Amino acid sequence: MNEFLQLFSQYNVPGAFLVNIELTLWSALFSLILGVVLLMMRISPISSLRTVAGAYVEFFKNMPLTIIMVFMVLGAFAQLKLTFSNSFATNFFWLAVTGLSLYTAAFVCESLRSGINTVPLGQAEAARALGLNFMQSATQIILPQAFRGSVAPLGNTLIALLKNSTVAAAASVATETSSLMSEMIEFHANSIVAIFLIFAFGYVILIIPIGALTTVLSNKLAVRR
Amino acid sequence: MSDIKENTMKTRENVASDTAMDSNHPLVELSHVEKHFGKLHVLKDINLKVNKGEVLVVVGPSGSGKSTMCRTINRLETIDSGTIRIDGQPLPQEGKDLANLRAEVGMVFQQFNLFANKTILENVTLAPVKVRHMDRKEADDLGMDLLARVGVENQANKMPSQLSGGQQQRVAIARALAMQPKIMLFDEPTSALDPEMVNEVLDVMMKLAAEGMTMICVTHEMGFARKAADHVVFMADGRILEKGTPDQFFDHPRTERAKDFLSKILTH
Repeated sequence: MNEFLQLFSQYNVPGAFLVNIELTLWSALFSLILGVVLLMMRISPISSLRTVAGAYVEFFKNMPLTIIMVFMVLGAFAQLKLTFSNSFATNFFWLAVTGLSLYTAAFVCESLRSGINTVPLGQAEAARALGLNFMQSATQIILPQAFRGSVAPLGNTLIALLKNSTVAAAASVATETSSLMSEMIEFHANSIVAIFLIFAFGYVILIIPIGALTTVLSNKLAVRR
Repeated sequence: MSDIKENTMKTRENVASDTAMDSNHPLVELSHVEKHFGKLHVLKDINLKVNKGEVLVVVGPSGSGKSTMCRTINRLETIDSGTIRIDGQPLPQEGKDLANLRAEVGMVFQQFNLFANKTILENVTLAPVKVRHMDRKEADDLGMDLLARVGVENQANKMPSQLSGGQQQRVAIARALAMQPKIMLFDEPTSALDPEMVNEVLDVMMKLAAEGMTMICVTHEMGFARKAADHVVFMADGRILEKGTPDQFFDHPRTERAKDFLSKILTH
């Protein structure tokens, strides 16, 4: 027990988790926006938009996240001079958010597309038959129902995003959990089990409520037909 | 009969389409329409004219192309060749013109297709507000009027899934009427209903017909065809085999195919 107390007093463990939560919330926001845009492109009547969105999703879905994160630092930042801030920590934080968002957007798009498949074709036909254009039918009828039909896969995507946020270490975000864990292990090799347990339980505590909430919302929001 | 129709039809929604009469062309005209689904030839040289105020009932065995023909009229199905004109204008290809045309052609589906994420009243007011830019208050009043007309005004704030099939289909009719269409298409509107709910929907359709609405109805309800139709079209295997008044068709069918069809459905 003393071991745990000593580790907690020496290192800012909640602070590290907070960094991951911040990474997750910002990335969730941006990937949701980008994911919805990609989805609209994929179901749009314009075939070139469908192709571009399809290619984007295939590319990011099949690309390891670590490669994207390393690219954000070595490619986007070092070569292409993509800079968010003069402060190193802030800059790498937003580079990591960018990488996570680009990657997660592909999965958000796929989750929502599974939701679209729960919307009967007749809903879109009825909207079109009344004279609604593509944007009107998408925003009024199809997307609201698709969202409600894809709560479960979106929740899973959020859980994956929270866990993936530890890969931000590869984008030089030094204050997040996996970086802190490596640091703690380096200086307290004797307490390695305690250190593992701290971080393992930390994530379990964060993720179980998300899973439970997903299940509740998924039932509550399901479209009755 | 037709005189009564002429007199009762001078409601505001029909004023605009009076031009169809003046210029003396049919409201809906299909000529030499052909369509394939892959190798299947579903519409074969379809020629059809529907005048303003006319009620046309399309009957025929399953798979004869009735529904497909009905759906080509507002381009929910595209056609391979031939022309479809509505009020003299050829069907637009895509985009704004097509949306505008669809706004003037009401459609009622077999599966009702009420918007599952909207209340009953919202289902009716959505298109007037979004497409016609009617203000919310005016749309709500119109919506409640129409719901009262089809007898479901006390369900206005429920969700579609809380209504019976017959009620849902009547709402679907009100939703189409809210756009003040020149013509109404009914694609087997009673085929998905429990038997005891068929009549409540047919009653609404009879009332519409009596008010002079131009209607094309694909249906298996022969009683409705006899009572409400000005003309009956019989389709089989993608072709129109017969067109005539209900009495002509039901009492004196000319083709063997129609005789066979009628003998199978009228003997019970």
